[in-house]
Amino acid sequence: MQITSSSSSASFPLKLQKKQDDSQIKSTIDNKSLTFAEKLINIKKNVESINKNTNTLSMAGDIAIVNVDLAMAQDSTGPLAIRSLNEMGIDKIYDPSKVLLVIDHTFPAADEKVANLHKLMRDFTSKHNCILVEGSISHQHIMEYLAAPGMMILGADSHTCQAGCVGAFATGIGSTEIAAVWATGQLWLRVPETIRINLSGNFEEGVFARDLILHYIGEVGEDGASYKSLEWKFSNDHVKKQFSMDSRACISNASMECGAKISIFPVDEITRKYLDENPRTNDTNNNNNSTGMEIEIHAGDSAQYKDEVEIQCSRIEPQVSGPDNVDKVHSVDELANLEIDQAFIGSSTNGRIEDLEVAARILKGRKVHKNTRCIVTPASVKVYEEAIRRGYVEVYLESGAVFTNATCGACVGTHLGALGENETCISSSSRNFVGRMGALSSKVYLASPATVAASAIEGRIADPRRYFQSS
Amino acid sequence: MSEEQKQPTSIGITKGKAWIFGDNINTDIIIPFRFKSRTNDPYEMAKYAMYGYDPDFHKKISNGDLIVAGRNFGGGSSREQAPVALKYAGISAVIAQSFARIFYRNSFTIGLPALEIPEIKGKVNQGDELAVDIAKFSVYNLRSRETFQAAAVPTFMRQMLKEGGLVEYYKKYGRFPWV
Repeated sequence: MQITSSSSSASFPLKLQKKQDDSQIKSTIDNKSLTFAEKLINIKKNVESINKNTNTLSMAGDIAIVNVDLAMAQDSTGPLAIRSLNEMGIDKIYDPSKVLLVIDHTFPAADEKVANLHKLMRDFTSKHNCILVEGSISHQHIMEYLAAPGMMILGADSHTCQAGCVGAFATGIGSTEIAAVWATGQLWLRVPETIRINLSGNFEEGVFARDLILHYIGEVGEDGASYKSLEWKFSNDHVKKQFSMDSRACISNASMECGAKISIFPVDEITRKYLDENPRTNDTNNNNNSTGMEIEIHAGDSAQYKDEVEIQCSRIEPQVSGPDNVDKVHSVDELANLEIDQAFIGSSTNGRIEDLEVAARILKGRKVHKNTRCIVTPASVKVYEEAIRRGYVEVYLESGAVFTNATCGACVGTHLGALGENETCISSSSRNFVGRMGALSSKVYLASPATVAASAIEGRIADPRRYFQSS
Repeated sequence: MSEEQKQPTSIGITKGKAWIFGDNINTDIIIPFRFKSRTNDPYEMAKYAMYGYDPDFHKKISNGDLIVAGRNFGGGSSREQAPVALKYAGISAVIAQSFARIFYRNSFTIGLPALEIPEIKGKVNQGDELAVDIAKFSVYNLRSRETFQAAAVPTFMRQMLKEGGLVEYYKKYGRFPWV
């Protein structure tokens, strides 16, 4: 559709994005009274925008227009973004190296309708020379290759907040807004208030990051952190060592289920090691470093918090959430013996190598219960390859489980593990909403990969802790 | 088998019948993934509006009807298809005690009025006729004769809504409202 003249689409990318100078950025980084979110938004704030407060600091509650470093859409939001862009008559995008389209949700295409939408995305990326990724979950791909501390990442997917695990400001928006970012490289954001969560103590064997975040969601409710930034802190190095990048990714990802806008881990030696081992790169454009903008940002000592929370990891038991709402959280004992038809290990919330490792550890030498089907889905091609290399895939197959390609399929009930009428599933995926994985009458319970694997063996919801005692 | 296509109501003062919902009506209830991910046509999306609550919801509502809900309406996924499905099914506005962040943004972006009114709880019955004044951002209950004022939003969001959403705004002005 040619609605606007080509001059309007050609005029705006030219002058809109302006970076702040180094001294401005340094003074914001050093400011002692700002939270992580306040610092990052001020650093990314477009200084030429009409926002009234361009020369003053934007604080929690203010609206700022920010420059965006990476703008992602996937195969269930990208087609609508492309449609909106076409309806607006915009045929140029601001910076193709910052535009990422990922085909992950119904990959490979489950039917003709999906295939046509995938085709629309491929045609778009080829026309605009932006980044196309197929067959890895977007959030995992961003974590493995693109996200860097201090980046501003927007994605047309609610779990975009996963990249908070490396200290990026990463949050979800809708399709038409991502189209606007593709066109201009910027968007308005409200600066969120912040809740600081201090972690102390050590997990019992068989208890994991997923149990921690489910516990927190159960305490605060599905809107308990709505519009807020979560800043996670470790009370000492001992606590810190329990939180690998995979565990941090799980928490940042699942923070969406209590409405958080972003969920941020401090950049430390664990982050730096991860970034060293997984270089930031964007092969598609032969652009070997699309993220040469790393800025370590730490909240100031006198920053203002909306709330401060203390969580003792040692007090957390394996948690099971559901059905129908993520904040319906129980200890595993309360639901033990509930029979299940399916056990699913995977998704962007818990489909990383650490998750596949614990599943393999429990399934090794054991059989999936005869009345239960068990599906294991890695979060990315990288995780898939590593699972093969480490011999986990053989373990799954010998136990009677199915190992699929990396996709969001089962988590959203679109393919590779949908549920029938009145079926019950225990799942390490992100959500248990009505009809999420298939039939409206099916029930989904969420738990850590360890709890899911133990349940797969027993054919009912089971406490994973006993699988760790003998080893 | 031809489905009657309901036209989205124009923005101004809109009147309609209230449909009452509780807390935490998430986007999987509003439109399940497996339907929204297989079409790019808003009228097709409309056939699944509130499918998780009642697959026939789109047939039961009349053009201009409103949704009145509790806390955290539209939680969960970022799917813009959720407000799109409601709008093209004929829903003229959503009133809730509170909204989930992305749904709220998306509603303004696609031109579906979303009015946050914490005190609405218990003040509207199923089937009450309501009038929504988009200019004043208020709701009038014709049965109880009570008026409720919605939480204020930035001017550019109201302007976007007035034009029917971001796409319509851009088509008219050749720029985005926050620039």
